[in-house]
Amino acid sequence: MELVAIFISAILINNFVLHYFLGICPFLGVSKRIDSAFSMGLAVTFVMTITAIVSWIINHWVLIPYNLDYLQIVSFILVIASLVQLVEMFIRKTSPPLYQALGIYLPLITTNCAILGLALLAALKNYSFIETIIFGLGSGIGFTLAIVLMAGIREQLDMADVPEVLKGPGIALITAGIMALGFLGFTGMLK
Amino acid sequence: MEILIPLITMGVLGLLFSVGLVIAYKKLRVEENPLISKLEEILPGVNCGACGYSGCRAYAQGIVDGKTEPNLCSVGGNETAQKIADLLGIEVTQTVKKVARVLCQGTIALAKFKGEYRGINSCFSAQIVCGGNKLCEYGCLGFGDCVRACPFDAMYIGDDGLPVVIEENCVACGKCVEACPRKIIEILPVFQKVIVFCRNKDKGSLARKLCERACIGCGICSRACPDGIKLEDNLAIVYNPLNLPQECLPKLEKCPTKAIRVIGDERERISTQQRAG
Repeated sequence: MELVAIFISAILINNFVLHYFLGICPFLGVSKRIDSAFSMGLAVTFVMTITAIVSWIINHWVLIPYNLDYLQIVSFILVIASLVQLVEMFIRKTSPPLYQALGIYLPLITTNCAILGLALLAALKNYSFIETIIFGLGSGIGFTLAIVLMAGIREQLDMADVPEVLKGPGIALITAGIMALGFLGFTGMLK
Repeated sequence: MEILIPLITMGVLGLLFSVGLVIAYKKLRVEENPLISKLEEILPGVNCGACGYSGCRAYAQGIVDGKTEPNLCSVGGNETAQKIADLLGIEVTQTVKKVARVLCQGTIALAKFKGEYRGINSCFSAQIVCGGNKLCEYGCLGFGDCVRACPFDAMYIGDDGLPVVIEENCVACGKCVEACPRKIIEILPVFQKVIVFCRNKDKGSLARKLCERACIGCGICSRACPDGIKLEDNLAIVYNPLNLPQECLPKLEKCPTKAIRVIGDERERISTQQRAG
């Protein structure tokens, strides 16, 4: 039951984009088309899950036994950077069109605060190994959900009669704000 | 000694990850056309996007794939285009320079007005409010929407109330064409010197009443140079600027309203263009 709560909470209530406001860069940058937004979501989900696992291992097997908690940020960054490189190579090999579509945002997952935020939050909340995996997976799905919803709205917005001054980033930010307000409504779901 | 533990820990971690990455790199390596990297070195590397690609590398990829021309880099200019062409062993085609032309000669003195317009100072609003303050429905309103749209300071409203294009500054981006509510600005090749400076499609008798410089569709020019000029909806159109033999140009001066003109003293250049083309 605890696991389900963590999972639901990571997707809806404590959504990384719309609750913590982490990972806004790809959220706005890659949300112009649903298919590339979905791919970005999958890439982030993958990186998040693997990061959660590896950072838990490093945290609990290396950092905590040697009292090196203060190295968390540095070592997590190391994990994230390596994993993103790995994912980048993998996508480039297997799906060049996807590599093209994600463009600069793929290497930017490295500096995506959502990933580091995930690793640090999981360490902060003292999750067990299984809980951490569920937390990472849920957060990734939450990110995917947010970015795909955003892309769907923005595809519609292309055809809408948006005032000249708000075209582009302006209306995107307003949309994101309203979405965040909407997700605030989930807060009461879990006590 | 205390300091050694974190140092060794981080060192070992870093080493592990880098070994992992090296192995992955060997396994997942993608062979790429080495030309792309060479082209990228030639290109300025400012990633401005003027070529229509997201960056210099994407543009280099486009050139290698044969999807685009090597002369689109406006930062590097012809020099870069030449270097790329040398590397790839292809010919560079210089693009024909184009320029915006305002196709109206209805100055304040020559065109007839409905009345005085005192609304917002914009062609667009004048067009909405009263269909323009000129009697001619095709004429320039002269409130300068095109001038404001021009990002290169290549236009200004002249003393006669019509926009003037500064040829040296104009890069033919087409912003003014979009801005004009009456669509009387056209992007034309610089070498085209025979231009019908009118868009009026009214019948001759009406057009003549509206403006002294209106094309009345008399057909003198199209009969003089049938290979280059034709008549359509009471309006003369230069449909083939390269097909205007020199001997027919003087005949164009017979235009009763001077709607068609040979601009500048360019008759010779036109004929050289013709020979080249």
